[in-house]
Amino acid sequence: MSKDKFTTLKSQVVPLPSENIDTDQIIPARFLKATTREGFGDNLFRDWRYDPAGKPVKDFVLNNATWSGQILAAGKNFGSGSSREHAAWAIYDYGFRVVISSFFADIFKNNALNNGLLPVVVSDRFLKTLFDTLQQKPTTVITVDLEKQIVEVDGRKENFEINPYKKDCMINGYDDIDYLLSLKKEVNEFDLAHSSI
Amino acid sequence: MILEPKTIFEKIWDSHVVKRADGYPDALFIDRHFIHEVTSPQAFDGLRKRGIGVFNTKRTTATADHNVPTKDQHLPIKEALSRRQVETLRTNCKDFGIELYDLGHPFQGIVHIIGPELGLTLPGMTIVCGDSHTSTHGAFGNIAFGIGTSEVEQVLGTQCVLQYKAKTMKIEINGTLGKGVVSKDIILYIISKISASGATGYFVEYTGDTIRKLSMEARMTICNMSIEMGARGGLIAPDETTFTYIKGRKFAPQGSAFDQAIEHWKKLRTDDGARYDKVLTFDAADIAPMITYGTNPGMGMKVTDRIPTLAELKEISEQASFKKSLDYMGLEPGTTLLGKAIDYVFIGSCTNARIEDLRLVATMVKGKKKASNVEVWIIPGSKQVEEQARKEGLDKIFETAGFELRSPGCSACLGMNEDKVPPGKYCISTSNRNFEGRQGPQSRTFLASPLSAAAAAITGRVTDVREMVL
Repeated sequence: MSKDKFTTLKSQVVPLPSENIDTDQIIPARFLKATTREGFGDNLFRDWRYDPAGKPVKDFVLNNATWSGQILAAGKNFGSGSSREHAAWAIYDYGFRVVISSFFADIFKNNALNNGLLPVVVSDRFLKTLFDTLQQKPTTVITVDLEKQIVEVDGRKENFEINPYKKDCMINGYDDIDYLLSLKKEVNEFDLAHSSI
Repeated sequence: MILEPKTIFEKIWDSHVVKRADGYPDALFIDRHFIHEVTSPQAFDGLRKRGIGVFNTKRTTATADHNVPTKDQHLPIKEALSRRQVETLRTNCKDFGIELYDLGHPFQGIVHIIGPELGLTLPGMTIVCGDSHTSTHGAFGNIAFGIGTSEVEQVLGTQCVLQYKAKTMKIEINGTLGKGVVSKDIILYIISKISASGATGYFVEYTGDTIRKLSMEARMTICNMSIEMGARGGLIAPDETTFTYIKGRKFAPQGSAFDQAIEHWKKLRTDDGARYDKVLTFDAADIAPMITYGTNPGMGMKVTDRIPTLAELKEISEQASFKKSLDYMGLEPGTTLLGKAIDYVFIGSCTNARIEDLRLVATMVKGKKKASNVEVWIIPGSKQVEEQARKEGLDKIFETAGFELRSPGCSACLGMNEDKVPPGKYCISTSNRNFEGRQGPQSRTFLASPLSAAAAAITGRVTDVREMVL
């Protein structure tokens, strides 16, 4: 499906400095039973956000009024584990448009990009600066400029890498299947050539 | 013309690139696509919205595994949302003309177990599934990797995915495994050495004489957990062990077609002089029965070791996450797990629920009884595994031991169905992930081999399997 277009975002940031946040933390398996893409945001970080009785955990960042914004900043190796795209859907559905970390798991990164959620990879140092800045001033607004591939915190800038094709898709709201459908003739030939397998 | 030497990964990848264009990821042709009830419904919806069908229905196979009950599978699924997901899969397979091995079908089972046992998984293929443990299939010498639902839709609609070619990593293991050490220990050992993100961005090829001596089942366990170190996938070049396993399987090439296929498959090996982006070497003699103590599969150790102290961590920045993880597990840094009482034993999952795993468990528990403090679930990987286990009388051995042999599914590996480890309880599990809440909210998981899990079931405690009579 065509997605929202993304160019630049200025927003406050929600910090989650834990490392190795896996997809079971982002959206536990027991909440993967929907047959549509919507509504997963309600259970984003479910077991950190609510206690076993279903009451919000007061200190958790999503329940704490100190923190808000469309950008999530997380410790390294974010999104490891399962290939469930529901993780990207949940983050997007909650209202985030960007996730910043110093390292993303491969499948999660792909899934995020396929859903208009921008994964921004920054250096460990920049990430620490970001967390420190937010600690001192939680209302800090940062800028993520996809066209220039720059993230800026309090005047400090860092460039981030993104594949040119994926960047194009994000900026224009394209998705992969449009491109793949245009290759039908070539794929047909492959299908025949590989039929003996 | 002198051809550049290539790795097996590059050979298979390059022969499946439909289109390579500047600035674009490769459009990769997919030979085999597996789907299940959890990650496919939104993909079929996408096809409907676009008004397109499935490109080639013969290349996709479906089964119900992730959220199915492991008891009373002949009855309607009690849990409404799970039932709806399985029913949706039925409708989608019917509407789009895809073969479904539904509950009750003799071929039903965990998607990564039925592919190989039906001969759908073959050397040289590209294989995808909306599940990260698709890497399992790589044991046959193919490129197999997990994808998200948007990509499931791409494959259904176009038989291709857009992918960047991963970097290559060779992991070579040589030498003889010690007593009580099995393939699960090899992979847990490797992950403990290189961390849960140590292979991110890479596709791994496992080589070395230790790997060559392993059965197909054991190889699948290793490839299965490639994703747990972040790898895109993992593979093992095919050999006689592979061909023997495939021969005669339901959907494998038969007769002269099989002989021809073998000639092709024999060429699937890394050329001498081919370059890998990274090479790691391990000695099998250094590997011992392993156990994890934390909340990611990289947090593992020899069962006789102590949990590291905060001071022993490589990076100071890791301390907070490490501490959080041990708090969750209810464990102290610097302590040993040996002798720690456990509550549950889960033998199952795409990692360790094949017939060989069940046989291994049976050898350990034959004539013994489980400890009174533990509950033991054995969830076979497929209907065929279940049938075979019964045929061999393993079910009787399990029954005498007080183990419960149930029906196939993913079960307590991820707790999507009723099989959940209760809050705060410890489970020794033959599955692949020890994440917080993975086996149920607040559950605590120790990952180990089927042999170690069986030993713990008997003693009721974390046990060094080498001390048990084998």
